Amino acid sequence: MKLTNLMTSAAVALGLATAALAEDPTKVGFVYVGPVGDGGWTYEHDQARKAVVEEFGDKVETVYVESVAEGPDAERVITQMALQGADLIFTTSFGYMDPTINVAAKFPDVKFEHATGYKNADNVSTYSARFYEGRAVQGTIAGHMTKSNVVGYIGSYPIPEVIRGINSAYIHAKKVNPDVEFKIVWAFTWFDPAKEADAAKVLIEQGADVILQHTDSTAPQAAAQAAGNVITFGQASDMAEYAPSPRVSSIIDNWAPYYIARTQAVMDGTWESKSTWDGIGAGMVGIGEITDAVPADVKEAALAIKASLADGSYHAFTGPLNKQDGSAWLAEGETADDGTLAGMNFYVEGIEGDIPQ
Amino acid sequence: MIRLEKRPQPSKAWSLATPLVAVLATMIAGGLLFAALGKDPVEAIRTIFWEPLFGEFSFYYRPQLLVKGAPLVLIAIGLSLGFKAGIWNIGAEGQYIMGALFGAGVGLAFYPFEAWYIFPLMVIAGGFGGWIWAMIPAFLKVRFGTNEILVSLMLVYVAEQFLASMSLGLLKNPEGHGFPGSRNLQQYDSAHNAELIAGTGMHWGVVAALIAVIFAYVLLNRHMTGYHIRLTGEAPRAARFAGVNPTRLILFCLGTSGMLAGLAGMFEVTGPSGQVSIDFNVGYGFTAIIVAFLGRLHPVGILLAGGLMALTYIGGDIAQSNLQLPSAAIQVFQGMLLFFLLAFDLLTNFRISLGKTEVA
Repeated sequence: MKLTNLMTSAAVALGLATAALAEDPTKVGFVYVGPVGDGGWTYEHDQARKAVVEEFGDKVETVYVESVAEGPDAERVITQMALQGADLIFTTSFGYMDPTINVAAKFPDVKFEHATGYKNADNVSTYSARFYEGRAVQGTIAGHMTKSNVVGYIGSYPIPEVIRGINSAYIHAKKVNPDVEFKIVWAFTWFDPAKEADAAKVLIEQGADVILQHTDSTAPQAAAQAAGNVITFGQASDMAEYAPSPRVSSIIDNWAPYYIARTQAVMDGTWESKSTWDGIGAGMVGIGEITDAVPADVKEAALAIKASLADGSYHAFTGPLNKQDGSAWLAEGETADDGTLAGMNFYVEGIEGDIPQ
Repeated sequence: MIRLEKRPQPSKAWSLATPLVAVLATMIAGGLLFAALGKDPVEAIRTIFWEPLFGEFSFYYRPQLLVKGAPLVLIAIGLSLGFKAGIWNIGAEGQYIMGALFGAGVGLAFYPFEAWYIFPLMVIAGGFGGWIWAMIPAFLKVRFGTNEILVSLMLVYVAEQFLASMSLGLLKNPEGHGFPGSRNLQQYDSAHNAELIAGTGMHWGVVAALIAVIFAYVLLNRHMTGYHIRLTGEAPRAARFAGVNPTRLILFCLGTSGMLAGLAGMFEVTGPSGQVSIDFNVGYGFTAIIVAFLGRLHPVGILLAGGLMALTYIGGDIAQSNLQLPSAAIQVFQGMLLFFLLAFDLLTNFRISLGKTEVA
């Protein structure tokens, strides 16, 4: 294909130019799905970009484009970054998967890192975080804290990532409070403050006094604050402005160590394609400060489970566990394999309602 | 004191000049905005308008202009017919989604069977999907006198729910590890709307957009229906005396615009996008409204306006990446274009007179 040739030669020419100037900084591109000020998902990716700049100073040049729609627009933006000499490109949304693979095939000398996907190539790595470990900590706190025994959960989309989080939170809430019940509302959005606020209000009206969210805005926190006596958890970023209550803790996406390591690998020429799925132990999943709104013994229990997840002595999905329909899933002491977790499309026993199809 | 005087006749010269003046004013105001953000305004404007067309990597960006512009033009042409007659289809985004779902659905039903007739069937299904979605507000309007602006707009959100449901259920890729989204039609030859000549960006959607421009031009200038459309918009009373059937006109205008939006969605999902996913629609149906007005509801004008909008999108992304302009600034810049267009449009029907105020 003519275009491919042109692009390859352009990339090669740029590559040569880079080699000629040894002092030329490593150029790292970031493609974001939301605005950098979303306070959640994209915000944390951009914080990690800033950490890369801080770490390497003049040796690195970063560029980013925000609010890039998934699909052809993403493919164009990624191509544009590769054409303009990026050495490493992070594409930070699941929907960038096929565009990343397409562009990577045209630019064999550029390294690509795709977040939360499952397609790798010689120059495409994938990375994601075991957020379900953080959900185990949240579930523990939620189970202890709820007085109505109703926990509300704002789901974004019914995809494995979100279902995993619901299951993990439920298992650990149930463990400390056998009477607990989960009410799940699907918002069908990652970021829409109005919809998220509505979802939170509906859950609170239905008696929920703990709200967990898998959406990225602080609207549920605001709704909980207005209602009073309802606790929440920060999602993706710390959302500390709602501490000490309603926000009693949070799951923080911490991409900085990974981004720094991968940039370093490109500089050293040691970069290799791989799949990374790190959790609390590697520092990719952070647990935000548990505030004093939580009694000391509950905080202690939550920190204990966090510590056991971090050192690997405990797995968040440890049997005996049954699926929602009552069929056996994990035997006593058995832990879930990553393949099943990655494609998780069922609730565990005890959760009511159906996963929307 | 500045006053506005109504012109006895709309000014032909201003009607043609306003789009150009609006673009110039946008450049100036946009330049001030970029300067206020601490960026070099000349460099920013140059990046947006010059880089995609004549810059170092224009061999890549020029074909992308076709990819980005084609759905805008295709949808805007359909909308302009209704807008001319005072029939307001605001829901092209929903019709675009339904066209994509119908088209992709037919293609995926055949998977993995390969045959030449699959793609034409998908084209028909895509057009039908958009048409039937537009027929809902059309039928409700002619039967119950509902407002087509509200109904067509609300149906966008219904279509989005369908899209989410299809991505998660019926059309979900069985080999997708449980993730939402259909199979990638780019990897299914019979259903792939590939580039007709590699590296040019020219796919069937671009061809369809060009045909639609010619079709609309002929319709409006040489055909009775086109005359009825113009007459209804310019002089509704006269149109009634001339025997225009409003019911037929509503069905025709909404149906045609729905069909073209559906086709745009179908060509997008089978080509540049490749798969049905929750976030498949990116606002072409709404942006096309701007394109239709920017092009003065004239087929050739819409073609040029579609190209201009595509340019600001592609150039805007380059400016973000190269100059680190925030995306919100680019959106403001695009918004200014419509704002100035509407503002200067005033001069078509009014003249500004400077002078002493008259005592009322």
